[in-house]
Amino acid sequence: MATTALKRTPLYQEHAKAGAKLVPFAGWEMPVSYEGVRQEHIAVRTTCGAFDVSHMGEIETSGPQACDLLQNLLSNDVSKIEVGGAQYSVLCQDDGGILDDLFTYRIDAESYLTVTNAANHEGDYTWFADHSQGFDAEVTDAIDRYAMLAVQGPQARGIVGDLAVADLPKRMRTERLEVAGSDALVCGTGYTGEDGVELLLAPDGAAAVWTALLDAGAVPAGLGARDTLRLEVCFHLYGNDMDTSRNPIEAGLGWCCKEDTGFIGAEAVAAARERGTEQKLAPFLLTSRGIPRPGNRVLEGDDQVGVVTSGTLSPCLEAGIGMAYVTAELADPGTEVEIDVRGKRRTARIESKPLYRKET
Amino acid sequence: MADESYPEDLRYHREHDWARVEQEEATFGITWYAQDALGEVVFYEPPQPGAEVTKDQAYAEVESVKAVSDVYAPLSGEIVAVNDAVSDKPELINEDPYGDGWLVRVKLSDPAEADALMDVPAYRRLLEDE
Repeated sequence: MATTALKRTPLYQEHAKAGAKLVPFAGWEMPVSYEGVRQEHIAVRTTCGAFDVSHMGEIETSGPQACDLLQNLLSNDVSKIEVGGAQYSVLCQDDGGILDDLFTYRIDAESYLTVTNAANHEGDYTWFADHSQGFDAEVTDAIDRYAMLAVQGPQARGIVGDLAVADLPKRMRTERLEVAGSDALVCGTGYTGEDGVELLLAPDGAAAVWTALLDAGAVPAGLGARDTLRLEVCFHLYGNDMDTSRNPIEAGLGWCCKEDTGFIGAEAVAAARERGTEQKLAPFLLTSRGIPRPGNRVLEGDDQVGVVTSGTLSPCLEAGIGMAYVTAELADPGTEVEIDVRGKRRTARIESKPLYRKET
Repeated sequence: MADESYPEDLRYHREHDWARVEQEEATFGITWYAQDALGEVVFYEPPQPGAEVTKDQAYAEVESVKAVSDVYAPLSGEIVAVNDAVSDKPELINEDPYGDGWLVRVKLSDPAEADALMDVPAYRRLLEDE
């Protein structure tokens, strides 16, 4: 990676202008924050934040057997996605190991768009293409066709709605709409635990839409806030909370696996569901000071009983939070454990999902 | 966040720590560059008064949302005071790195060690190479 130039999104100049702190992320030069992670986090929870997530990839699957091909690849029941619908799933190897987690949108009767994680995009595309043989379906790498913006927070729908020519799609639905002069696929999805939308649009129109969103009051937010927001609501981050060595059952993603569809890895997932797993991914809250980090050991007495995969200081809870793979018997909410934070033992408690709940 | 500055009355360590030497004692903290590179500091746990610190060795950690960074002692000695305000309000390190964001006060075991630290022009040259 060191010898490869970092890729830039269509909004790179906008980020530089806004004074963003740019960092390498999965081969891209991405804004980690603008004014500060905490402020951006709070903006998303209380008003509206706009994220450039154009580093995420897109794969288009189309043709008479597009649904059948995706059903073979994705863990969820793809046949349940109506035209204009959306669905979360994981992509598994034969042994159930997780290759990626993805959102799939059904654009029309025979066409689907699947959004990949930046670091996995090329591998996912190859996997899709390699497994498309025998299906009357075409797999296209669509990453260069789309910029992607996530607009999230209690005011997100109001802000985007005012810029759109028609009503926004409901949660987990999509709509093709003109937004601030650009044709966009507006999706009622996101990864922050807030209401909002995601916009998939042509790269050359992205800067104008971004500027219109900020002019309307959306706060630019970076990957730093995206990470603290998703962790507060216990959404998984690929590479941290799951990878090919973990199956969806131990990762707590059994809910998006429908083994009777026969997807690649279904047998292994069914077996894991049937006999249970040695470890489970569990959210936890530090009941003492400190910030847990990935790789920290989870202790019960002097025994290591797990490892932290994601950890941060929660801006809303003002405490250290995280997720860890722990021995299955210890994964129940209320279990007291300790986390070894660089040599200091910090008391922690296993919690239920999500760690942060909106006050209603 | 504070504007970039490097006060003339301080001595600087290559790990981006500063010392304000006053006879036998010195106050330590991290430089504007260090806090800027780290981003907003959200956690700091002070060492214990009475603990020994050794020049060029880490004596504490500061954390931003995303990263942990060691804080190095620019000089050797014994900690005589710690800034508890910073553990309650770690953002003081960003807001006032040379004032309210100071970290520890140390009784120096060898004040002559300060001769090896950088003055402002030397530290700025180091920053240009970073």
